[in-house]
Amino acid sequence: MHGRVKLKSTAQQEEERRKEREKKLKVYLATREACFAKRKQGALDEDALQLTQQLLSSNPDFATLWNYRREILLHQETVREEDEVQKLYEAELAFLESCLKVNPKSYGSWHHRGWVCSRLPRPDWVRELGLCDRCLLLDDRNFHCWDYRRMVVKASAVPVDQELQFTDRLIGSNFSNYSSWHYRSTLLPLLHPQSPEVATLCPHRPSNSPTHSHRVCEEQLLKEYELVRNAFFTDPNDQSAWFYYRWLLGRAEREEMISCVYVCREGEKVVVAFSRPVKAKAVGLMLVLDGQPQEVEWVSAPPAVQHSPVWICELPPGTISDINNEHNLTVHWTETHTHRECALYTGRTESWCRDSATDQELFRCELSVEKTSVLQSELQSCTQLLELEPQNKWCLLTIILLMRALDPLGYEKETLAHFQTLKEVDLMRSCYYSDLCSKFMIENTILKMEYAEVRVFSLSHKNLSILCHLDQLLLVTHINLCSNQLIRIPPEFSMLQCLEVLEADDNVIESLEGLNNHLKLEAVSLRNNNIRLMSLLKPLASCPKLTRLDLRGNPVIQNENVQSELSELLLLVKNLVL
Amino acid sequence: MAADNLPSEFDVVILGTGLTESVVAAACSRVGQRVLHVDRRNYYAGNWASFTFNGLLSWIEEYKAQQEATSPEAEPGWRDKLEEGEEALTLNTVDNFISNIEIFCYVSQEDDEEEEEKSEVAPPTSAQSDELEENGTKEITTTMDEALEQQGHEGPEDKETDEACQSPQEEEPPVDHNQSEPTVDVKKKISYAKLLKEGRRFNIDLVSKLMYSRGALVDLLIKSNVSRYAEFKNVNRILTYRNGKVEQVPCSRADVFSSKQLTMVEKRMLMKFLTFCLDFEQHPEEFQECSEQTFWAFLQTKKLTENLQHFIIHSIAMVSSETLTEDGLRATQHFLRCLGRYGNTPFLFPLYGLGEIPQCFCRMCAVFGGIYCLRHSVRCLVIDKEANKCKALIDSRGQRISCSHLVVEEGYVAKEQRKSIVYKQTSRAVLITDRSVLPQESDQQVSLVTIPPLEASGSSVRMVELCSSSMTCMPGTYLVHLTCSSTGTAREDLGPVVSRMFYEPATPGDEPAGDDRTRPTVLWGVYFSMRDTSQMDSSEYHLPSNVHVCTGPDASLGSDYSIKLAESIFQKLLPDEEFCPPAPNPEDIIYDGDGNPGEGAGFEESPKSMGSTIEDECSRSRPEGKTSEQETETKEADTTEE
Repeated sequence: MHGRVKLKSTAQQEEERRKEREKKLKVYLATREACFAKRKQGALDEDALQLTQQLLSSNPDFATLWNYRREILLHQETVREEDEVQKLYEAELAFLESCLKVNPKSYGSWHHRGWVCSRLPRPDWVRELGLCDRCLLLDDRNFHCWDYRRMVVKASAVPVDQELQFTDRLIGSNFSNYSSWHYRSTLLPLLHPQSPEVATLCPHRPSNSPTHSHRVCEEQLLKEYELVRNAFFTDPNDQSAWFYYRWLLGRAEREEMISCVYVCREGEKVVVAFSRPVKAKAVGLMLVLDGQPQEVEWVSAPPAVQHSPVWICELPPGTISDINNEHNLTVHWTETHTHRECALYTGRTESWCRDSATDQELFRCELSVEKTSVLQSELQSCTQLLELEPQNKWCLLTIILLMRALDPLGYEKETLAHFQTLKEVDLMRSCYYSDLCSKFMIENTILKMEYAEVRVFSLSHKNLSILCHLDQLLLVTHINLCSNQLIRIPPEFSMLQCLEVLEADDNVIESLEGLNNHLKLEAVSLRNNNIRLMSLLKPLASCPKLTRLDLRGNPVIQNENVQSELSELLLLVKNLVL
Repeated sequence: MAADNLPSEFDVVILGTGLTESVVAAACSRVGQRVLHVDRRNYYAGNWASFTFNGLLSWIEEYKAQQEATSPEAEPGWRDKLEEGEEALTLNTVDNFISNIEIFCYVSQEDDEEEEEKSEVAPPTSAQSDELEENGTKEITTTMDEALEQQGHEGPEDKETDEACQSPQEEEPPVDHNQSEPTVDVKKKISYAKLLKEGRRFNIDLVSKLMYSRGALVDLLIKSNVSRYAEFKNVNRILTYRNGKVEQVPCSRADVFSSKQLTMVEKRMLMKFLTFCLDFEQHPEEFQECSEQTFWAFLQTKKLTENLQHFIIHSIAMVSSETLTEDGLRATQHFLRCLGRYGNTPFLFPLYGLGEIPQCFCRMCAVFGGIYCLRHSVRCLVIDKEANKCKALIDSRGQRISCSHLVVEEGYVAKEQRKSIVYKQTSRAVLITDRSVLPQESDQQVSLVTIPPLEASGSSVRMVELCSSSMTCMPGTYLVHLTCSSTGTAREDLGPVVSRMFYEPATPGDEPAGDDRTRPTVLWGVYFSMRDTSQMDSSEYHLPSNVHVCTGPDASLGSDYSIKLAESIFQKLLPDEEFCPPAPNPEDIIYDGDGNPGEGAGFEESPKSMGSTIEDECSRSRPEGKTSEQETETKEADTTEE
């Protein structure tokens, strides 16, 4: 009576399952064929809706069928009363929910849902928002649902504070969530915008676009710092919080403006440097010489890039070549309605007019426009965290950035030490850190540069792995890059339009592409570098004034016939040291 | 009665329906053993039982009466059933598991003039007996074997379900809505009559435990598919009592993140320490030096603040100040491993009370052919003198039933068979209160509260506070269980904690004034001591080798002790069989040709399909044997359904 339960054997079960699968496959294929046939015939009836539904419910990623379905629905709209249409689309929403159950990350289903809502005569946005809530509760990183939520919020004008509370909830339950933090960063400026006075006081802001302020009022910012500090003290290895923190600290954008105009009688050139890369090729950049607009062609440095901070034009021969004439230039940048003037006096071969912007402002863009007191307290809490987690790379990097924002020169020693630790704890990214460190060292050197001595510039012994901020060196005539880790002279080097002497001994330079067409370059010293092939020296041949070249200690001089080949290549070089 | 025609031969006879016995029963039945499972009481789960409010009152009455009554001399009717070479061994017939019972009622026992339904409420005494009779008959008519014959429609489970199901659906809405205007007022007006009237809403457990989400019990529920017979609720808060205040313990990453009590540095220290505990075995250098020392001393060497030490010792590891480092680390690790499986605390609580769990295993046993008899006592065991084995037993009806193994609840063992009669005790208190010890936005919270010793010499107290959506108390009340190991009577041990944390009106019905208003008011409470036999092993009893004693329940928070004991007993019985393999899917069962597929219906059907009323407010979890991926799928399916 109470016997043991008899069970099917595994083989039996397998066989049954296999048969089941086969049967399903057959039905699926047959339905698919029927669907395609119907579409070919242009059938837009309910029967077709049925068939596609059958298929999509088991495979919601079948994009063609969603398209077909939309065709059918659009047709049905034209033949039905509004109430009927409403019902039809409501049924569609119900069907979509079942599809999302099969695959909550189906592109097709989410897109179709958005489409249906846009067609629905009386959409129920509250319900849709509820759906998003539930889905995100189950998987708070489902970006399909995040996208859909943003659409719903936009369409139904959900109050911003309500959405902010929603991110509070999600972050509270799991703060490893870029989507929530990011959503916050879009909501906060809407809900707690920076007060207009502050915005206009801030020199980094394009003052004509207050509505696009991405900044948040200070009171709220302080709350956000607190929130995110909680996150990175709880789990300092979670990067989403650190990224949000970086956003909070703010990334200033320098106002687009002309930072320097340089004019030179030799070659009759005008060079314009901008505070950031611009696209000056087509329109916008205008040169007025002695009251007369000039028809000139602007060329970027390096040549043939669309966006560059440095643009060059040549004036028609004879325009300014007479040293006894005085000239007044005005360069207009119509994009931001700025201009800069420059006078070329008699007896002078060249002249320039440089931006008087404080050097502090030049490089603070990276991190913050925040007040010093705020940055100082943030630096304190990060330092506190570092004491507990001396190996944490996010903390180290943030400290470096804070220090730079506060006092780049004062913290130089600490910054270098932190970079050293960073390279050790995060070996995978040590090259990135080297480049970043190079950038900061160059910035520091530029900051230290005396205004009067802008023409001679030394970056030797700085462990540089890359060169950057070369647009700042437009006026430099002598540059010393000795004893670094440079592997190339980059194309941007052509921004050094006044360069006469280059010393780059004791690097690992392999390529000289940035030395093309340096019209004033007279001497180049490249001792103890890594130039291997004769062909790599070709750029030097384009420098008409180059007379001195030192190539000692490079593999290339091991070649036979090096002497003769070189003199053939570099006809003008009188003083060749091998 | 079904017992009239019990078969006279079984492989395993099990006396007592507590957790260990029920698990053994299910395990044996599952692998094809013929199981007879009897209990001399008229309810399931023995010492693990849950009672309605009225049920508990009458149970206490009966219990007290039973202690005083002298058991009638057994008639010698069974003597003739003995054969040559056999002797009889009698069993204990009186429950003495519980002692020091003290009841306190703080609500007005007089009929309240504000109580609308007063006329309907019978005086307490008669209400009790009514309830008892109702209960009693129900229990007896639904023994498991009958349930099976009726195609699984009347298991004890279903009885509970029906009852619970009907009450919210049929009675609750009108009652609740009528009074829903000023809720606070209604709460204050809860009278004794009201408690009795709503008594069926209560499921008061004798034993108070929670389920570690990666503990032996949950693992077994999943593995055996028994989980399908019950529903669970997450414990949502871990609280602690400190400096006269109830505080939330930050134990998960999300808690630490949002905690307002910790400083930034503390957050880091705590997370760092907990991360270390998760795989402390991998870092022996961190703790080996302290292995001789206490865990508490170890925490100090880690420079954790006092705040953090408190949380870790009392609320996370839940160990005493004498616990050694490695044990403390292991306890912390267990806690952490259980976090996040079903929610943000490591614990689950079964809806309708812990008493559900033994019944679920009984149901499983019955599904696989086990026979159940409640209120069925055994007069004596029949011992083969030579082999010193139990051959058979003679039941209260004089029937001789032979068996190859006998499994008994500890309480069935007579004094004569015990070597020692000194027992450890656990002090228990059960309170019905009017609000939570830490009210928050949602009033539907299940909380574990750890209370460190009030005095250096005392023991720490564990408190579980259940809300009405756990289906253990009536709406507007909380059911509070307190547990600690005994030094005196339960009242002596737990009274001071109760007085500190709750307001006990001096005379029934008094309103709290001043400071008292900050604490929940106790409406009703009971204190009792429970025998803890978990320290005893088979060497403590003079019993034949095929008689296995189920000791416990133990005093710990989890049920690992009882499950492990069940497994070890099963292995002694059937060393070659698997312990509770997964129950087969209904579609894989081959039914005999008589076209009666109904037998399978019993376990395909969800026995608690009524969950819908509570579904929305409580985050339910159901530990099925699923991978996490499947789990998510199901969850997703659930939400989109609505």
